[in-house]
Amino acid sequence: MSAMAAHALGDEPSYLEAGGRGLRSWILSTDHKRIAILYLVCMLSFFLVGATLGVLMRLEQLTMGPTIMQPQTYNAMFTVHGVIMIFLFVIPGLPAVFGNFFLPILIGAKDVAFPRLNLLSWYFFVTGAVLAVTSLFTGAGPPDTGWTFYVPYSIRTGTNVSLAVFAAFVLGFSSILTGINFVTTIHRLRAPGMGWHRMPLFPWSLYATGWVQILATPIIGITLLLVILERFFGIGVFDPAKGGDPLLYQHLFWIYSHPAVYIMILPAMGAITEIIPTFAHRTIFGYRAIAYSSVAIAALGSVVWGHHMFTSGMGEMANVVFSLLTFLVAIPSAIKVFNWVSTLHKGSIVVEPPMLYALTFIFLFSIGGLTGLMQGALAVNVHLHDTYFIVGHFHYVMFGGTGFAFFASLLYWFPKMFGKMYNRRVATLAWFPMFIGFNMLYFTMLVLGVMGMPRRYYDHLPQFHTAHVVATVGSWFLVAGLLILLGNFVVALFRGRKAEANPWGGVSLEWTISSPPPMENFEQVPTIAGPPYHFNPVAHR
Amino acid sequence: MTQLAIEEEHGHIVPYPTLIKVWATLAVLTFILTFISKVFHELLAVWAMLFITPLKACLVFYFFMHLKFEGPLLKTMVFVALSTLVIFIGMLFFDVSFR
Amino acid sequence: MSSAIPQPHTLPSAAHHDYAGSKIAMWLFLFSEICLFGGLFLLYSAYRAKYPHEFHDAGNELNFVIGVINTLVLLTSSLSMAASITALQKGSRRLAMLLVGVTVVLGAVFLVNKYFEWMAKFHHGLYPNGPELLKRPPGEILFFGLYFTMTGLHGLHVIAGMVVLSFMLALMARNRIRQDDYGKLENAGLYWHLVDVIWIFLLNLFYLAA
Repeated sequence: MSAMAAHALGDEPSYLEAGGRGLRSWILSTDHKRIAILYLVCMLSFFLVGATLGVLMRLEQLTMGPTIMQPQTYNAMFTVHGVIMIFLFVIPGLPAVFGNFFLPILIGAKDVAFPRLNLLSWYFFVTGAVLAVTSLFTGAGPPDTGWTFYVPYSIRTGTNVSLAVFAAFVLGFSSILTGINFVTTIHRLRAPGMGWHRMPLFPWSLYATGWVQILATPIIGITLLLVILERFFGIGVFDPAKGGDPLLYQHLFWIYSHPAVYIMILPAMGAITEIIPTFAHRTIFGYRAIAYSSVAIAALGSVVWGHHMFTSGMGEMANVVFSLLTFLVAIPSAIKVFNWVSTLHKGSIVVEPPMLYALTFIFLFSIGGLTGLMQGALAVNVHLHDTYFIVGHFHYVMFGGTGFAFFASLLYWFPKMFGKMYNRRVATLAWFPMFIGFNMLYFTMLVLGVMGMPRRYYDHLPQFHTAHVVATVGSWFLVAGLLILLGNFVVALFRGRKAEANPWGGVSLEWTISSPPPMENFEQVPTIAGPPYHFNPVAHR
Repeated sequence: MTQLAIEEEHGHIVPYPTLIKVWATLAVLTFILTFISKVFHELLAVWAMLFITPLKACLVFYFFMHLKFEGPLLKTMVFVALSTLVIFIGMLFFDVSFR
Repeated sequence: MSSAIPQPHTLPSAAHHDYAGSKIAMWLFLFSEICLFGGLFLLYSAYRAKYPHEFHDAGNELNFVIGVINTLVLLTSSLSMAASITALQKGSRRLAMLLVGVTVVLGAVFLVNKYFEWMAKFHHGLYPNGPELLKRPPGEILFFGLYFTMTGLHGLHVIAGMVVLSFMLALMARNRIRQDDYGKLENAGLYWHLVDVIWIFLLNLFYLAA
């Protein structure tokens, strides 16, 4: 392995230098690594905007009655917060950044199957983002429908729904093309000797995700198009006055948006599966279980969408069927959790920052998953639907899950991507306010929901007041931790120590090439001789 | 060059007569379907559609789109994609039919 | 063992085309198109189940003769498309180009028919939010709403297909698509055939289901 590492550490300029250094060389680059960085910069910027909106919403809830804004503004805030976070951060999420950067490297390829299509995906992303931002400032103001754009209100409201919805439509192309690119890449560009069962598990998760991106995204595409057509031409498909059924909108919307959450979480799980073996210095427990459960989650997760609609007026039969399937889809997710924990058993565990955040992922995602199960029970759902419990639940899975996995991945792969090591003590320090703040903010929401506080409400009753204050203060700790974490990376970019090729002792292919990698990743396409996650045993003290 | 030699170098070729036969079959099926739906009562028309239309689509997929001569991977992928759509519509009817 | 001299950074060259990979990717794209129309098929099936009589009545107002003619037009265009690949594989470049041209022309014929159909409906006030349509029962309003949306979206795809095929013609003229490198034409053909398949279903839903 060391000989191979030495061989790869040639005097080749890295991808950061080769191919030019000006702005043009970046935004015209078809190098998957540069495209990943382009996504990263955009997405973190949008994340900060979305987080700011969240902080402002929490400030509003600090007191009863108006605090810093009027109800209409609050409605726009939770709508735009959702649209930005979901469409511009969590859905592109790990595939756009770490999938783009590391999928080819992890399978021993020089790039994805269609590098120019990859750049086009990013252009669609940026176009959609610009359109979304434009919708905030033009027309009759930002949409106030919630990110779900439910009819009939989304058809009737005067706010800028059409532009916002069209932005999401354009963003969908980015997702679909990325899915096509990744699925083809995995089929065609695996290195010699890398059969499917020798492929690392992050690519497995990207494969399952790619299929969901391809098959589910067009459905929201057509749904959003129909909203625009309804607004402009009055087709009638969602208008009861013309015989339309608003519930069909919800069906179409959630047929995509539920699988979308698996687009969000599967790659996150895949990345965690890369991190844990490295810091447990032990091979992954249950490789096939994790690989197949990714596919099972994608498949089962595509038929549970009705659980968002239990109280909307669906028939009893549908309620029961979707509830049952929702319980079933928890099984492959739980299998993954059991496998990660089993990997730790008898491992030689080192809690570096990536591991710390990865372990936190397991904890927070478990809470998110379990609260999801609670919501899947029909009778319980009647009380919890459209309350803060739901908000707490999805922040645990999307933020505690995907968000923390994103940060864990950044902590893990930053040295490889940029060739600089960040301050590990600061990264660990940031964890404390983040973890405390996160739970203060979102666990409180679970409690608020059970107490009966509705979501998307600008104001609250006195009995909810203390909890809201706790949540808002929690949001401050969380944001403080986030700023420390992200600021640490920025500092490292300019003043970080040079990183070695393999700072963590990982055994997958990315650690055999230099930090940062050369333009074409490998001097020679590697030949794979055995299964992934093969660690040499550590002598026990 | 012999047909086999051409195919070895340029990939499988679907001969003109085959294409024309498929086209003729599709046209005939269209006429049959139209006839049934216009002349006979609705139930028969619906059954005719449920059988003949997928058959027509299959002919286009298999011969015009070359799927018959592709490997199991592509065939499986097509099956997965079409099944997904069918399942979506089917699951929807758990709601629509029982409300 | 590491090389002292930096290697030249060549981008993946055109010579390294992956024929099978491009075909897989094209099919994957077709799946996304199938699901795009799929959402509309889903709506149609739900509303047909809800308004069977109104759909039947409204369907009778569509001219099934034009529908069948259009079907034959597209089926023939699929034939010419598939035949153009065969021609190119056998080395008859001119014939292949002619057949692609025929495909594009047939697409135009389809669109012209569609145009006249739509104009006839518009003339009678039968368009979304049109005066005549609003007088109809809800099921019929939905039938026509779906009719215009689905055939409209399909028409857009026919136009897109014609543009792509014209582009392929240009590439064939410049010998960039040849007997030994015809993957692009095949993939464009796949797109065109899917447009044909979608119409095969649309014919039933709107013209024959009456």
